[in-house]
Amino acid sequence: MNQASKGIAERSMGMGLRALNRLAGSDALDRVGARKPMERVLYKATKNGFRSATAASRAFKAAQKLSKPARQAIAKPRALFDLTPDDEQQMLQEAVRDFASEKVRPAAHDADAACATPPELLAQANEFGVNMLGVPEELGGVMAEQAAVSNVLIAEALAHGDMGIAYAALAPGAVASVIGRFGDAEQQASYLPSFTGEEVPAAALAMLEPRPLFDPLKLDTKAKRDGADWVLDGAKSLIARPGECELFVIAAQAEGIGPALFVVESSTSGLSVQAEPAMGLRAATTGRLVLEGVRVGASALLAEGSGDAYLECVQRARIAWCALAVGSAQAVLDYVIPYVNDRSAFGEPISNRQAVAFAVSDIGIETDAMRLSTYRAASRADQGKDFAREAALARRLCAAKAMRIGSDGVQLLGGHGYVKEHPVERWYRDLRAAGVMEGALLV
Amino acid sequence: MINLEIPNKFKPLVNQAHEVADNVLRPISRKYDVAEHSYPKELDMLASIIDGMNDGSDSGTGATGVRRSSDAGDGSNRNGTNMSTVLSIIEMCWGDVGLLLSMPRQGLGNSAIASVATEEQLEHYGGKWAAMAITEPEAGSDSAAIRTTAEPDEETGEYVLNGEKIFVTSGDRADLIVVWASLDRSKGRAAIKSFIVERSNPGLILDRLEHKLGIRASDTADFRLENCRVPKEALMGSPEIDVKQGFGGAMQTFDNTRPLVAAMAIGVGRAALDETRKRLADAGVEIDYATPAFSQHAAVARFLEMEADWEAARLLTLQAAWMADNGKPNSLQASIAKAKAGRICVEVTLGCVELCGSVGYGENELLEKWARDAKILDIFEGTQQIQLLIIARQLLGKSSAELR
Repeated sequence: MNQASKGIAERSMGMGLRALNRLAGSDALDRVGARKPMERVLYKATKNGFRSATAASRAFKAAQKLSKPARQAIAKPRALFDLTPDDEQQMLQEAVRDFASEKVRPAAHDADAACATPPELLAQANEFGVNMLGVPEELGGVMAEQAAVSNVLIAEALAHGDMGIAYAALAPGAVASVIGRFGDAEQQASYLPSFTGEEVPAAALAMLEPRPLFDPLKLDTKAKRDGADWVLDGAKSLIARPGECELFVIAAQAEGIGPALFVVESSTSGLSVQAEPAMGLRAATTGRLVLEGVRVGASALLAEGSGDAYLECVQRARIAWCALAVGSAQAVLDYVIPYVNDRSAFGEPISNRQAVAFAVSDIGIETDAMRLSTYRAASRADQGKDFAREAALARRLCAAKAMRIGSDGVQLLGGHGYVKEHPVERWYRDLRAAGVMEGALLV
Repeated sequence: MINLEIPNKFKPLVNQAHEVADNVLRPISRKYDVAEHSYPKELDMLASIIDGMNDGSDSGTGATGVRRSSDAGDGSNRNGTNMSTVLSIIEMCWGDVGLLLSMPRQGLGNSAIASVATEEQLEHYGGKWAAMAITEPEAGSDSAAIRTTAEPDEETGEYVLNGEKIFVTSGDRADLIVVWASLDRSKGRAAIKSFIVERSNPGLILDRLEHKLGIRASDTADFRLENCRVPKEALMGSPEIDVKQGFGGAMQTFDNTRPLVAAMAIGVGRAALDETRKRLADAGVEIDYATPAFSQHAAVARFLEMEADWEAARLLTLQAAWMADNGKPNSLQASIAKAKAGRICVEVTLGCVELCGSVGYGENELLEKWARDAKILDIFEGTQQIQLLIIARQLLGKSSAELR
């Protein structure tokens, strides 16, 4: 679908958004100190039911022809139990950690309040290559082998800075990874090159739907056959920066197939975006993607509708959310330790009391527990071993413990934890996402 | 290179231990739960086999496998005897933890000796069964409050031990008892040393055997030490009272043995989970790892929660053992493993009893027994609360005086 075939109203809305976006990306707002008021106004507007068109997508054209899809290799099975990341992973981990503490954490409060991550921060995150970890080398990627563990380490390190910003920064990479892993030669050649440059498109793996007891294997979003085309209807929840996305991979119940993934460019007509601010992850400007008679060609279907491929995406996404939860839980631990040591009550540090100290111990125990469970699932994925069980267990554990850690983090600071002067209230809100989110990210 | 799978080289060992657990321990599990205090003679033959397994492999198994490796320092990665020991204990306790604790020559005293004894002491006391005597009627977790004294006898060069020890696992059956006693009660923890006492020593008097909630196959003895004389070579570690180094020597044992107790908890927990999975399947309830927990049967959601906790505890235990094998200080991780494994073992086994209803609660099956056995694993080698204290002190950088 090209721009010309869209309705005039819709198009102008898209134009409007693009113009706004250009303004938002410029330094002008910063110079006059107008960024925050401006964003707040915008967000308020979107919150009140403003439904906007999706962004216009760039022209995704196959620059090269591939005779067959490129794939990252499965890592050789490791001989020994080992918890030490390899040299390359350690370097990456350290670099992202520094970035998270120097750039991400200081920006977290304002990004949460503004419901937006500064674009320059996303651009900087992209420079670490976070969006191309799943791109095969033949298409400009840097990882010869599957890199779920590397993905986990990066996600963990970024989320130690801020979970919402980490979500915004890593979301496009999920789309690249899905296409890298399951796309055919045509899909890969069309879409992957744009993820390896500096101007990585905003993109989203849209799976979650707005309903209780969401089950990614039983989707309300339907894809019906119409001749050779597919027509998609439904709604997807808590997408990162949906208004800016140029590319979506959308999960839908495909007629005669079951749950499957479709590659949909943002300019396709029938797509629209609603703001969907949530309890946490606000820096990711979460929104809802609405699909009304979205028509795509047969070539939009990923992995020929393979159920195994779909399931693998579901599970890889769960590992990614665990990794974010681990990073954020570690942030809670690192923050409460100096606080309870410094804070005095009844003439001594409150950490001299078992009730306080034991709560810190529990955060330490469960953060380590979450981390090892997540690492195991990811490392099995890299080695080509089945990881359905491990991903499910890591998710179950992280859903329960991350929430508890978020709650204890606030509790340990008492009233001070409840106010925005300290980040623990934000982590309380963010960590609840670990049991809620499906799709959206991928290791 | 991050990998959390069991290395192939240990798979024969794990299989062997599992076969033993399944074919030797399980069939006599109930028998010795009922016949508390009677000696499980079936274990003598088994103990010889285990000795053979230890001697015949460089990877070792059993309680003596915990001698610490030094860090190779070249960044190389090792999976050694700490890990193989943890793995074999998990399998054996899947069979029966009470019987494992009764296994000749596999006592915690053996681990203590393996951890801190000199080469000469190892030579002299090797091949014997050693129990561990720390707790006293007035001193449990607070081992610094130990009242048992050890006075040097200048004339004979011996130490003379006096006091009372309770809850000594395998105390009646072992050949040796490792006794914790104070050289000088005015000097606190630093004066506490461990002494190897022969069970046949006339100064070591058996008071009684306890009747317990679980691990009934394992005898738990109470002793009096009355002018119990031991040679000076019986003292493990340095005879000097080093106030600065304090408790270090004696406590070092725990860094090595806590992962072993955590491993016991993992084994018992898995026994309950395996059985429950089977029972639920018979009842038409299958665990599905792809569908969200809350979109499945409530029993599945509960099961997944328990299995997730269990899996995490298992990985924490492997982590502690892996660190020991690689000469990394693991005091924090050993306590984390013990704390997590101890509590989930109780929650899992009791949860499985609930899921299986009267089948779980009744004595026709072993689920109720595992739930009773489990509780000790959250108590001995440091209770849950003691582990939380140790973890908190390390995380918060506090001394035992500041955080009591």
